[in-house]
Amino acid sequence: MASTGLTIAPPRPSRRRGQTLRRLLGSRMIVLGGALITLLVLIAVFAPLISPFGPYEMVVQQRLKPPSALHWFGTDNFGRDLFTRIAYGARVSLGVSFTVALLSVAIGMLVGLYAAYFPLLDHVLMRICDALMAFPSILLAIAIMAALGPSMGNVILALVVVFAPSLARTVRSAALVVREQTYVEAMRSLGASSLRIIWLHIAPNTLSPAITQGTFVFAEAIIVEAALSFLGVGVPPPAPSWGGILFDGKVAIFTAWWMTVGPGLFIILAVLGLNLSGDGLRDVLDPNTVKAAK
Amino acid sequence: MREYIIKRLLMLIPVLFIVSLVVFSIIHLTPGDPAAVMLGETATQAEIDALRQRLGLDQPLFGQYLNWLGGLFRFDLGYSYFMRQPVAEAIRDRIVPTTSLALLAEFFAIVTAIPLGVAAAVRRGTVTDTALMGTSLLGMSIPSFLLGLFLVLIFAVWLRWLPVAGYAPLQAGLWPHLRYLILPALALGLIQMALIARMTRSSMLEVLNTNYINAARARGLREWLVVYRHALRNAFIPILTIIGHSFGVLVAGAAVVETIFNIPGLGQLIVNSVGRRDYTVIQGGVLFITLIYLLINLGTDLLYGLIDPRVRLGRR
Repeated sequence: MASTGLTIAPPRPSRRRGQTLRRLLGSRMIVLGGALITLLVLIAVFAPLISPFGPYEMVVQQRLKPPSALHWFGTDNFGRDLFTRIAYGARVSLGVSFTVALLSVAIGMLVGLYAAYFPLLDHVLMRICDALMAFPSILLAIAIMAALGPSMGNVILALVVVFAPSLARTVRSAALVVREQTYVEAMRSLGASSLRIIWLHIAPNTLSPAITQGTFVFAEAIIVEAALSFLGVGVPPPAPSWGGILFDGKVAIFTAWWMTVGPGLFIILAVLGLNLSGDGLRDVLDPNTVKAAK
Repeated sequence: MREYIIKRLLMLIPVLFIVSLVVFSIIHLTPGDPAAVMLGETATQAEIDALRQRLGLDQPLFGQYLNWLGGLFRFDLGYSYFMRQPVAEAIRDRIVPTTSLALLAEFFAIVTAIPLGVAAAVRRGTVTDTALMGTSLLGMSIPSFLLGLFLVLIFAVWLRWLPVAGYAPLQAGLWPHLRYLILPALALGLIQMALIARMTRSSMLEVLNTNYINAARARGLREWLVVYRHALRNAFIPILTIIGHSFGVLVAGAAVVETIFNIPGLGQLIVNSVGRRDYTVIQGGVLFITLIYLLINLGTDLLYGLIDPRVRLGRR
């Protein structure tokens, strides 16, 4: 018995890596979604090269001009070039949301793994998660922003509080399954420390659901960040953010439709790209849930 | 069943406790003195001290929490110095517009989603199916406030069919009441419509593969009878659950949409209060909506347990 216990090794993810990559690229949804996101990231990164204007550059004579060859998406109420502002806004919106997704995955892993491994901790942590998830996400975000005041850092903080619990739950339920596997029992009987078992043997197997869920959080964070900035409690002006531009656009909705359509289009493309990628990732990385869902 | 209900109610207690802690701390998370923040820069020290005293902020934190919690049990959510009325009263006045909006949104979602979901399931794998599911994914990717802005642009600014924003109470007549709510309800309902359509499709697919459907077909029943009377009925339980949960989401999600369309509902009350730092209203409003949200979800789950015995047995 002991000798067989010694030969049991956890499945090594590296052996399957090439195969997984091929499957990821074989999914039309991931390719399409990934292409959309890559396009938006490229626009954000190369904004200064694509546009001859600055995001804060005002030309009073050019106020509220419709789209033209010079101003692709028109200009806003201060005569700023909208495409430029949306491109720089992509840095803010995508940057904030990606940070939120990354932090949520990290905190979700930490909380979910320890909760799954230590039953007593589980009760406390999961009740906190339940309570935070009991709040409708947009309301919790608004309430936290009301308390902390509008700033980019506070938006990130508020959204992490809103989204990390769902990741903790995802990671925990995946970890609970892994914890019962024979190889974990074998590790334990070999005298491996909890730290080693949790991070080297359980954690890698919860990564796929965490990444899938993280992709959806990324999408959701874009929506909530835009809503917060639109309501004036998110990223404060004059920093360009998609929600902020929409707020200016709402004031000018009778005269300048392009101020609503431009940033709106970018939000939809970003969220659609991420939802497509998330659905695709779930199909490839997590075939069991797909079978249940279909 | 009784055990299941008791268990679910007991599970609610720790959640409610932490929810109350979070809502309570909203006012204490503010950097600096909340009383000074509420009164603005022009306030004198005497005014600030007076407000601190009225809000009970000069007492120890634990005592403040107990006082606040005790008030909740008496439906006392505090007093809004900005609106010069009790918070509970302000909330009560805002319930009807939000409920009307959420109900209309739910109505739009249900009447469109179920036929579309059924159609996609029946034509599984065809162009219709792909198109419908693709559209629903697109629908889920449009945030409701953005859709609201687009709808205003199309139907209010360009076509001038419906008002840009505003609200008429039900007393003004059904049509004037609905006229103002159509665009916000569409904006709010689309995401739920997409979700319900997807759930209808997957639930129908599961049922359409069963033997009793084959048997119904073998008996020579007409296809629409098989689909609507035999399959849809059995596929309905998960659909009902998602509809129940969606209503909670609609009530909560109304915040941004109400602000765009200037509907005097609960969400708008909270958003406006954020701007004027009226913390007691923010606390009361967020707590109220969260409770409603929790109760709707609990009710849905209990109903699910009542209809489908597998649920309550499985979770025990």
